[in-house]
Amino acid sequence: MSGKKVAEYGLLTALAMVLSYVEAQFPVFFAVPGMKLGLTNLVVLTALYRRGEAGAFGINLVRIVLSGLTFGNMFSMLYSLAGGILSFLVMAGLKRTGRFGISGVSVAGGVAHNIGQIAVAAVVLETGALVYYLPVLMVSGVAAGFVIGVIAAGVVRRLPREL
Amino acid sequence: MAIKKADLILIGVILAAALFTLGALALTRQTGSFVVVRVDGTEVARYSLTEDRTETIEGVNGGMNVLVIENGTATMTDADCPDQLCVHQGSIRYDGETIVCLPHRVVVEIEGGEEAGVDGVAG
Repeated sequence: MSGKKVAEYGLLTALAMVLSYVEAQFPVFFAVPGMKLGLTNLVVLTALYRRGEAGAFGINLVRIVLSGLTFGNMFSMLYSLAGGILSFLVMAGLKRTGRFGISGVSVAGGVAHNIGQIAVAAVVLETGALVYYLPVLMVSGVAAGFVIGVIAAGVVRRLPREL
Repeated sequence: MAIKKADLILIGVILAAALFTLGALALTRQTGSFVVVRVDGTEVARYSLTEDRTETIEGVNGGMNVLVIENGTATMTDADCPDQLCVHQGSIRYDGETIVCLPHRVVVEIEGGEEAGVDGVAG
């Protein structure tokens, strides 16, 4: 792997961690657990479109573990992993079909992330009642995912192929 | 442009699914009769929804939540966690509705009279 690529992976991972931290600073106005903007997905999407599936998955995984160790705990890491991995699989799968633009991929990723987190929370808290949050989380996932997707499209278009 | 027709169809399908889920949940819900408090998955208390009262719940990691039952609804009015998500979740009254405090692993759930126990199976 060339030095430039190493640098790009490091840069994207660091950026993802910063965005994780920024996002964690304003959870208060979200009345439903699991509702979020998904700022870090901006980096994951950019990595997916620039460096492919393996690179994006690696960045995502390293980001979740490092952010969990730095800003969170084992539980927050577990939630992030469930949401992050499910969302990544959905996004990579949709991108492979070639039918969807970044916004569609991002929307599906956002919704999958929320569903993954609710599923883990339901298991951890041993209650099926969290299903009541699903509709609102799906709508918020669509809205946030769409905004992030449009921004990601702009970022991918403007970045030079090689940094 | 980054938005394709398939993207819009996908968004439409997800929103329709959300609406469908919302409708299905709204149609099947009934006013509950009990407030069940669970900490870390274990039931610690069960109160009637018809009796007004204020209780302090002790969560994991020494966390405290204040639960108020008033006029047939349950509300978390105070918590010593930083995010206050449970306080912002407002009042609940219908069977199966919950207030969740993840940092303290506290779940307050409404259970119905007739169909109590169904939610436990769903979990």
